[in-house]
Amino acid sequence: MAGTSRLPAGGRLLAGRVLPGRARGAFVLRHLVRFVISLAALLVASFAMIHLIPGDPVRASLGPAAPVELIAARRAALGLDQPLLSQLVSYVRNVLGGEFGTSFLSGEPVGEVIAARLPNTLVLALLATVVALLVAVPLGMWAGVRTENGRNRGTEATFTSATGAAVAVPEFLYSIALVTVFAIGLGWFPPAGRGGPESYVLPILALAIAPAAMIARISRVETLRELGTDYVRLARAKRLPAARLYVRHLLPNTLTATLTVGGLLLTSLIAESVLVEYVFAWPGLGLRVVESITQKDYPVAQGVILVYGVIVLTVNLLVDLLLGVLDPTSALKES
Amino acid sequence: MRHLLRTPAGLAGTTLVALMVILAIAGPPIWGAEAERIDPAVILQGASAAHPLGTDNLGRDILARVLVAGRLSLFLALLATLIGAIGGTVLGALPAVLPRRPARLVTGTVNALVAFPGLLLAMFTAVIAGLGARGAVLGIGVAIAPGFARLTQTLAASVAGADYVSAARMLGVPRRRIMTRHVLPNIAEPLILNLTQALGGALLGLAGMSFLGLGVQPPSFDWGRLLFDGFGRIYSTPAVALGPAVAVALAGIGFNLLGDVLARAASRTAVPAGKAAPQAASMPGELDAPDPEAVLEVRDLTVTFPGGVTPVRGLSLTVAPGEIVGLVGESGSGKSLTASAIGGLVPYPGEVSAARLRLCGTDLGELPEQERRKLLGTSLAMVFQDPMASLNPALRVGGQLAEVATVHQGASRAEARTRAVDRLGHVRIPEPERRARQHPHELSGGMRQRAVIAMGLMGTPRLIIADEPTTALDVTVQRQILRLLREVTGESGAATLFISHDIAVVGELCHRVVVMYAGRVVEELPVEKLASGAAHPYTRALVASLPDMDTDRSLPLASIPGHQPSPAELGPGCAFAARCELATGRCAERPPLIPYGKAHQVACWEAS
Repeated sequence: MAGTSRLPAGGRLLAGRVLPGRARGAFVLRHLVRFVISLAALLVASFAMIHLIPGDPVRASLGPAAPVELIAARRAALGLDQPLLSQLVSYVRNVLGGEFGTSFLSGEPVGEVIAARLPNTLVLALLATVVALLVAVPLGMWAGVRTENGRNRGTEATFTSATGAAVAVPEFLYSIALVTVFAIGLGWFPPAGRGGPESYVLPILALAIAPAAMIARISRVETLRELGTDYVRLARAKRLPAARLYVRHLLPNTLTATLTVGGLLLTSLIAESVLVEYVFAWPGLGLRVVESITQKDYPVAQGVILVYGVIVLTVNLLVDLLLGVLDPTSALKES
Repeated sequence: MRHLLRTPAGLAGTTLVALMVILAIAGPPIWGAEAERIDPAVILQGASAAHPLGTDNLGRDILARVLVAGRLSLFLALLATLIGAIGGTVLGALPAVLPRRPARLVTGTVNALVAFPGLLLAMFTAVIAGLGARGAVLGIGVAIAPGFARLTQTLAASVAGADYVSAARMLGVPRRRIMTRHVLPNIAEPLILNLTQALGGALLGLAGMSFLGLGVQPPSFDWGRLLFDGFGRIYSTPAVALGPAVAVALAGIGFNLLGDVLARAASRTAVPAGKAAPQAASMPGELDAPDPEAVLEVRDLTVTFPGGVTPVRGLSLTVAPGEIVGLVGESGSGKSLTASAIGGLVPYPGEVSAARLRLCGTDLGELPEQERRKLLGTSLAMVFQDPMASLNPALRVGGQLAEVATVHQGASRAEARTRAVDRLGHVRIPEPERRARQHPHELSGGMRQRAVIAMGLMGTPRLIIADEPTTALDVTVQRQILRLLREVTGESGAATLFISHDIAVVGELCHRVVVMYAGRVVEELPVEKLASGAAHPYTRALVASLPDMDTDRSLPLASIPGHQPSPAELGPGCAFAARCELATGRCAERPPLIPYGKAHQVACWEAS
């Protein structure tokens, strides 16, 4: 996992560079091994979660007045009366078979809850990431070009403070503000629920604003760095049109760091969407996990948090592998 | 402290944070009673004069509650930050103390945790610790810790290479002691500066948890909890959600802006801002008639930077077709900037002025933008020092060549490609077809420099400006590149302006040598005269400093004592006087560049 959390070190995207076969194999293998180890650790952590709850989770969830037989039955159903190790083994076996237990509250299989709700969450996070990247990368490049070598100090100050402020406002406040203005005030978009395309607009905006500001900042810094290179000087000496200079020559070289952050962002958006889903009553995993935690519906909380964790690990693995393909120097450096 | 207030962001951040702190201290004593006063007569009201933000389900004034809640919000955030910062720092420092395997385990765990979104970790912890402020604070603390652990590791690694740490290690100081005595104190400042940002993050995180109903529970209330209560009524009375939302947003922005400035202050060295007062351009003398034959004609070229720094002063230069002119000087003499000025590439905020700047018989100043771009794009070829850096690593070599033809000459993509391959072959790159399809890193240094030269040949170059084109290359490759430059110049009839600090190479390649010192031309002479006929003491010293086969190896190599004055410290006299053995009182006045025999000019009082 060292690679996933690698800070955007300013590597370059070297499209089409290919690692020698063996090095590439070793690189992929190393990341897969790490992925599997992390997955195992995650499974143990999610298993331990229930057991780390002080006292008896069943009694905690059913309340002090619950009859003893019910508690015993519930404990047996959860396998809590078994030795710890065999509980872990059967937990892992069940999870791998798609069995996440049943909800204390509704009696639904947790697996079904997840299958029904996960797509809604993923769509929201993916679209928000795409929107953030599409807006922020050109914005950051523009700001970078405008403020090269310290010209246009006004633009720089405005850009830095505006993005700094935008990053600092959490998505649930954006959600509330957007709902208040555009749904309740102007009535342009539905205030809650998932329906037609118009119902996606506000949740996606709420999720995308802060990440967009963050990406724009990174994109600007990357642009500034690349503007100082000799190849840009040479491209300028060739008197290429601005569009060609920036899009063909500059953009690809600024993307590595931007995409690294974009990948990490996607994972954090999946988690942050909990709050946005809550505001917009969006039928995703987040809404359900909040309900399950407040109502002590532990099997659901456990299953959903596990799924979140698996998504995070998977996205990180994909980002790492993608970067390894795009920028082999970083892959080689790692080994 | 003053730099905090210098930028608008720092000022805004400091002000907001100061307000928050004042609110946390003064809020509860002032508005505490009103925030708790239950009034059944006014439950669930919207905004009114008596209650600007409305009232809650017990008729309590929401504005008062927002003002009071600041203390709990900040206190819990501070608590969570401390938990996260202490836990994270310990976690980050552990690998330096533990044996190898456990250390790797800790590092791996930290790396894995950093990748997890904070909210996820916070929810996980909150499930275990239970609903309420305790669970939320622990959860946010756990969410903050990995970031601090990572920061500690990074900072510790940067200090680990320092001499004093190495020295302690050599002395056999135990690792734990090295960590606590030598490493941690030295990284404490950036860690502490990062607390501000972490505090902002914790505040927002806790507000989020409380907003979800996972944090502070009644009868306690923080901003998140007030938002939770107000959110349900957002359709009927939006004002009740507005107050806590604005409070959270302002606190978040305040801590983040301040944290930004502090974090940057930790890494910045003071850069004095130059006074932006561009100096008046040098006075042009009488201009002779332009030379229609010359490829390049420059008169009184001056490059000025703000603060009156003038690295190139009144430079004049004429280059005839087919001629190879060497521009020689120490680093900092202004030779590269001269090249940039001719190519119109002087970086902002530099300013270029010239009494005349003609390329291929056309005055660049009079040409419309479009035509100037085309002229410079096709007639002027530039070759820079580092061939790896001057090719775009993301694009194929062939494409970078071809675009000159498609952009400026309207060639089709296929034509441009064919020409690119042809030119690559022309500079004797083997298998040009294959090389054109490759990326720069797949070519050797010499081949890349050839490719850059080939790029210059895509148009119809009249002038090739080669700025130290061989400095970054192996000696054997240098020869090949020099030979190539000479051939290209001979074949195309283009002229070459060859910029170098290496007077030996210049003597070998060029027809004519122009010597620069501190931004001015001090001597211009045919290459045959370089070895024995140089008139300026600086040129002679340069030539004398070259070792040859007869140099006595037992003696130290000849060098020029002293250093070249920087553009900012130039006086009115001869810039070389301080280092010159022949200097007299007259050198306090600057000697003009005057003819000294055939095709030879020199600026020295002693030469005439």
